[in-house]
Amino acid sequence: MFMPVFLQLLSGFEETVKVFFLTLLFSIPLGLAVCFGSMSQFSPLRWLMRGFVWIIRGSPLMLQLIIVFYGPGLLFDLPAMPRFTATILAFSINYACYFSEIYRGGIESISQGQYEAGQVLGMTRQQIFFKVILLQVIKRIMAPMSNEVITLVKDTSLARIIGIYEIIWAGESFIKKGLIWPLFFTGVFYLVFSGGLTLIFGWLEKKLAFFRG
Amino acid sequence: MAVLEVKNIKKRFGSSDVLKGISFSLEKGQVLAIIGSSGSGKTTLLRCLNFLETSDSGEIWVNGQQLLAGSDEKIRNNRLHFGLVFQNFNLFPQYTVLENITLAPTLLKTGSANEIRSHAQLLLQRVGLVHKAETYPYQLSGGQQQRVAIARALALDPEILCFDEPTSALDPELTGEVLRVIRRLKDSGNTMIVVTHEMGFAKSVADVVIYMSDGVIEEIGTPEQVFNAPRSEKTLAFLQGAQEQF
Repeated sequence: MFMPVFLQLLSGFEETVKVFFLTLLFSIPLGLAVCFGSMSQFSPLRWLMRGFVWIIRGSPLMLQLIIVFYGPGLLFDLPAMPRFTATILAFSINYACYFSEIYRGGIESISQGQYEAGQVLGMTRQQIFFKVILLQVIKRIMAPMSNEVITLVKDTSLARIIGIYEIIWAGESFIKKGLIWPLFFTGVFYLVFSGGLTLIFGWLEKKLAFFRG
Repeated sequence: MAVLEVKNIKKRFGSSDVLKGISFSLEKGQVLAIIGSSGSGKTTLLRCLNFLETSDSGEIWVNGQQLLAGSDEKIRNNRLHFGLVFQNFNLFPQYTVLENITLAPTLLKTGSANEIRSHAQLLLQRVGLVHKAETYPYQLSGGQQQRVAIARALALDPEILCFDEPTSALDPELTGEVLRVIRRLKDSGNTMIVVTHEMGFAKSVADVVIYMSDGVIEEIGTPEQVFNAPRSEKTLAFLQGAQEQF
């Protein structure tokens, strides 16, 4: 009994993991672009980005998934994009906005003196950012990033609203066959996965402990 | 010919005139000490020289060449004439002492990796910290960090080395080691501008002393003139105030 259920759940979990990694892959760099936009000296861009971040962070991810998937068809009569593409798109935009605020907090916490020290040594803006500022920011945002990444693991379950067969759905489908335990058992997958992530973040934090500041 | 000539530098922030026309010149190998109370514009003057601020008007000439603001690249080149040692050191925390010194020369490709490295070792020797080459800034005392910052500023061979209150963030017992290093730099011919609250140090090390007040040079002269026979009432009042602290 256990093995078939486990395999079924595993196939749902595969979808969960795919959504998780693809979202990270796109949202981490996209978040940096949003972050730079929301810190821009050019105020129209800055306010546009901050408004966008407000909308994304201020509305439910579930609603965003529905809008991305059904919106283009309902509003503009466009052909619907594949469910999986819509999922990755909505998740990536959503998480990019959260990440951008974490990045912004990290970047703004670095003292002006670090930039000035680079400037008086004749470094370019890019050199200062990539050689001096970036690693310090990464170190400082480790804890909030790990929080957000672990939240993402669980948020993937929202994708079922537009028909992604992820693990919760897989577990729930057994109820019709009179089995309730598979749904509970999905929790084990989440716990193991987020446990692994916690270990990875712990290892990264240790790696960055060689300096302070 | 003067290595540095500053002509009528003005700078205002919002509605306050921080520099109201500063002019002076400095000969090669000379040490200029700038004293004055906080808010007198000393630090702003140093920041203008290093192009961390752009002066509203006035001219800066180094070795007969005028430094003009303009593109990022122009400003970077202007900055290379000067070195700046900060009050708070501002070492890069993720780099070792040696890497702090070699980073900028490496990025600016001033020589081969080996040349840059051995030059850095030499500078560490001059500030007495060769044995700390592989440690990180947080493992050093404030005085040691400031000596590394001095070595880092020297790595690009600036024509004029500026110090912005280099001992103000240090515990009293650590100021001596930093001041000794600056004194040694003078002996080896470095041209320097030191903004300082250490009157004794200014008196003994400077060739020229400027007392700044309210954005103007209230008094300029040799240490003997400024400290022993000030012409201005304001200077006298400031020096008496400074003395009472001891």
